[in-house]
Amino acid sequence: MNGVHDMGGAQGFGSVLMEPNEPVFHADWERQAMGLTVLMGACGQWNIDQARSTRESLPPALYLTSSYYQIWIEALERLMLARGLVQPEELRAGEMLTPAVSVRQLAADQVDAAMARGTSAERPVLGPARFEVGQRVRARQMHPPGHTRLPRYVRGHVGIIQAVRGVHVVPDRHTTYPPSPESDQGEWLYTVVFQAHDLWGPQADPTVSVSVDAWESYLEPEVSA
Amino acid sequence: MSTHEPTPAHHHEHDHDHSHLGEMDVRVRALQTLLVQKGYIDPAALDRIIELYEKEVGPHNGAQVVARAWDDPAYREWLLRDGTGAIADMGYSGRQGEHMVVVPNTPDEHNLVVCTLCSCYPWPVLGLPPVWYKSAPYRSKAVIDPRGVLADFGVSLPAHQRIRVWDSTAEVRYLVLPERPAGTDGWSREQLAELVTRDSMIGTGVALTPQQVSAASPTRNIGPAVSTSQPGGV
Repeated sequence: MNGVHDMGGAQGFGSVLMEPNEPVFHADWERQAMGLTVLMGACGQWNIDQARSTRESLPPALYLTSSYYQIWIEALERLMLARGLVQPEELRAGEMLTPAVSVRQLAADQVDAAMARGTSAERPVLGPARFEVGQRVRARQMHPPGHTRLPRYVRGHVGIIQAVRGVHVVPDRHTTYPPSPESDQGEWLYTVVFQAHDLWGPQADPTVSVSVDAWESYLEPEVSA
Repeated sequence: MSTHEPTPAHHHEHDHDHSHLGEMDVRVRALQTLLVQKGYIDPAALDRIIELYEKEVGPHNGAQVVARAWDDPAYREWLLRDGTGAIADMGYSGRQGEHMVVVPNTPDEHNLVVCTLCSCYPWPVLGLPPVWYKSAPYRSKAVIDPRGVLADFGVSLPAHQRIRVWDSTAEVRYLVLPERPAGTDGWSREQLAELVTRDSMIGTGVALTPQQVSAASPTRNIGPAVSTSQPGGV
């Protein structure tokens, strides 16, 4: 989706402002927002791509005027509503009014192991990689209405394969709900590097290059040298 | 609206928005009550998650990795070839660090890591991202004007030094291996780790010099020095 979350190359947001000795959290509710989001993710009712897709599908004005933990809470509520885990009247009341759905609950003594394990994006290899290191490729000119991880600023531009990262689950399909047999399949993932002047024009800094990690279906071979 | 992001002009005006922070406090507390009643959340697990990412996992982990790589050429070679494995050897692994790639700075090339699409960040080695990393100014500017971003951090690189920006668009997470500062021959890993700032491992800074560490307080704009005395591991 060509959403406001796809910020690479946008102008007018001003300088990057860092906060000296910044605390990990700025308010109690940020602690809870992080913890609730991580723990509800562990319930197995949605995957990370569905969570990202929900965050970036928030109304653009809300997204741009919310802090990142506010975005997490907005998306968490929407995901739980979509899965029927909570009802709108329960969110308004702040208490349970309807029966719970049976989900996996992460216990306190499982937290450390679950976080240390993480969730691998790797999937079984289904075939040989189409591209090799050093090959010229073009990022597809595509504008899917659903979730994708190919940023707009590289679409249509030519880059070079710098690394082959393995076979990873494809966000564009991983967001399918309910899941289909194809939605958990992987594709070869590549690091593709672009020269700044190819992305931004001849006035761009000649010493700058930018890479994205792109799945095979995001790319097509570029034949001309 | 938040006091913290992404509107930079209001970044430090913490006093203006208490009513809204109160509103979020009430809303999230109600949500927590509901989810506990529903049996979806174990309150003790919530406490543990928060403790883990507020007190234990943080950039001091990454600093240990960098210091070892500076000290041990064989480890450096392993780290650059197999970031996930070499970092796990230090006890750091898991969520948001499942597929680690470490990119070394050299006199010819400086690396800078961003996530233009959201806030992807290598949690096991750096902890949770700072507000600026998730903010619109950083996410928009890093790929089109990285030298401008570095200037915002008070960092000026030689004009000939190439800048390589890594946009974290998949589940690969990048950690910058900063250049080892001059004048540190014979230093212990503990001493070396004190030179490694969070920002130097994102690429918005460089490692501290021995002079900066011996000064009472770190110089502004180079990012906080990270303590090496906290427990590590996830």
